[in-house]
Amino acid sequence: MVQGPAAVAAPGRGRGRAVTALLLTPTSLWYLLLLLVPLAILIVFSFGERSPVGGYHPGLTLENYLRLPTRQAAFVNTLVLAVASTALCALLGYPLAYYLATRAGSRRTLLLILIALPFLTSFLIRTYAWFTILGANGIPAILGALGVSPRPVLLNTHFAILIGIVYNYLPLMVFPLYVSLERLDKRLLEASKDLGAGRWATFRQVTLPLSAPGLISGALLVFIPMMGEYIIPNMLGGGKVFFVGNALVDLFLQSRNWPFGSAAAIGLIMVVLITVSIYLFLTSRGRVQREVSQL
Amino acid sequence: MDREPLTRDRFWKLYHDLERGRITRRRFLEVTGIGAAAAVIAACQGGASPTPGATATATPGPTGTPAAEWTPPEGVDLGETLNLTSWFNYHDQATLDRFKELTGVTVNLVTFGSNEEMLANLQAGGTGWDVLVPTNYTFPTYVELALLEPLDMSKLPNFDLARQENRFLEPAYQPPGSTTLYGINKDWGTTGYVINTDVVTGEMTTWKDFWDRTRDTYSGKVTIHDYQLTSIGNALKYYGYSFNSVDPAELKKAEELLLDVKRHLFGITSDYQPPMKSGDAVMAMAWTGDAVQLNRTIPSIQYVIGREGGEIWSDFYAVVASAPHREAAYAFVDYMAVPAVAAKDALYHGYPLVDSAATELLPDDFKNNPIIYPAEELLTPLEFGAAVTLTDENRAELWARVKSA
Repeated sequence: MVQGPAAVAAPGRGRGRAVTALLLTPTSLWYLLLLLVPLAILIVFSFGERSPVGGYHPGLTLENYLRLPTRQAAFVNTLVLAVASTALCALLGYPLAYYLATRAGSRRTLLLILIALPFLTSFLIRTYAWFTILGANGIPAILGALGVSPRPVLLNTHFAILIGIVYNYLPLMVFPLYVSLERLDKRLLEASKDLGAGRWATFRQVTLPLSAPGLISGALLVFIPMMGEYIIPNMLGGGKVFFVGNALVDLFLQSRNWPFGSAAAIGLIMVVLITVSIYLFLTSRGRVQREVSQL
Repeated sequence: MDREPLTRDRFWKLYHDLERGRITRRRFLEVTGIGAAAAVIAACQGGASPTPGATATATPGPTGTPAAEWTPPEGVDLGETLNLTSWFNYHDQATLDRFKELTGVTVNLVTFGSNEEMLANLQAGGTGWDVLVPTNYTFPTYVELALLEPLDMSKLPNFDLARQENRFLEPAYQPPGSTTLYGINKDWGTTGYVINTDVVTGEMTTWKDFWDRTRDTYSGKVTIHDYQLTSIGNALKYYGYSFNSVDPAELKKAEELLLDVKRHLFGITSDYQPPMKSGDAVMAMAWTGDAVQLNRTIPSIQYVIGREGGEIWSDFYAVVASAPHREAAYAFVDYMAVPAVAAKDALYHGYPLVDSAATELLPDDFKNNPIIYPAEELLTPLEFGAAVTLTDENRAELWARVKSA
């Protein structure tokens, strides 16, 4: 694959390389300065001690990592809610993307614009709207008027965060799914039908596997930022339902224990890496197995 | 635009525009008219004198247009913006707008929920903040870390130390005995709790009442501050310990109480006016001014100071060391030191003032409001927060643990 273009570019290879290097330099510097350097600082800090008035004091201790279990609830909340929200995004997003890609016809452009429309307003305002909708004068008041008693408390609960997250992240799931479904070769569906497969079998054996790349990238696109989510739990969780992001903010800004905060941040990075690796391993194994069984 | 009546304020704005070269002299004379200008100058100079007391004739009112109560320092470039770091519901936007009218400086207000967050940001550096509104107990730490500027009093001609009520002054002097001032008083207040008496019935007079009833009758409808100092401090009062305790055994009991209470709370937040107004919460740990503001909107919301004691505090205006807009920062602090300005601002925020000349200007219903000026027997057991209460690692970690539990 590489040989083709390389062979064409052979006469000017030296200059080509220089241009490539030049074009990649800003990106490399960007990553170096804004990703690797902070990460290195985080690692160094995580072995340090809290200075008496707060902040960082140089040291070499594992204590910060040993204290991580005191933040267990935050880690569990984050994982459970991020996994559940990703699944819910997929369940809600797939039919929508499927409809957009196959059935929407002339309304497609309009619908796509409508899905992207909320992004034109501030994220904070969109989330604050849920604060009103879920608060005592919102849905609970309507349910109360309909005779539901006692009125449910929706705001500052896990449920409120789930709603807020799914609402905000759903478009990020829909777009990659839409792209993979839209590219789907319709002749394969016809072939499947001709070979006697029913609708469900066609969906399970043709549509779903072919749209898997969209589903996988969509899931990663929503899951990874969700794991670092801070604002939605803060606004809709009322300081009661904690994500690791909130624990981090508290450690850095309230108790000003930067070393412990750094250790918790590294912990979060590890959890995300492990979860995503397991996820990718399982999805790729699933695909290989399917391919093998289809042979 | 030219048809606009030439008010005193507009005249000064035009005058400053002329001084800064934003409009031509010809345009200035055209718009103002020389005769009118002469008259207004005479009127303005009478009211704009910086001598203390001269402003006492101006009576602030919530609806009245502000007089030209203050003039910016002459020959100083104030720039165009000022970053003010403060608290929720703590500044009348009209006061900030008026400052912009007088100086052309836009005040960007950033609010925080706790002194710790402010400290953490300043420690990290590069905040770009100019004026900070810290609480009494933070000064030893700020001064030790050289995060605040020792105030240059020559830039604060409107501040008069002799007018300040003594008991609120001490913390702004560092080191003890020295006369260097790091902050000038904004106001003072107490930390108690608000109850919505439409729902909350029965006698509520103590912190014990607050914590006990949160766990039974009003479960799910109470908020506490997202602030270790007050939330832990008032939990300590349940057992009669000091608000400032750093004793491990006493803190352990406070933690047990907080962990037990947590599942009964509606939220942990320092921005508790929205849930109190919407009815999501019927009881909330609260500061004086929030209680005043809530009571103004919903009269059935009342304020309780725990009989066991709790916190009395005072907030200050301070200039951040290496403030990017240093001159504007001094100008703003000086502007806020004008009794008429401070008094008018107080009508909005509802906190009692420390400057006696400003207090004199306040209307009787403000001065007789028991939320703002609680009975002396309720004030006596209150404690000022201590510096160590803010910085103690165990308290900080305790609070972070409770929140992430």
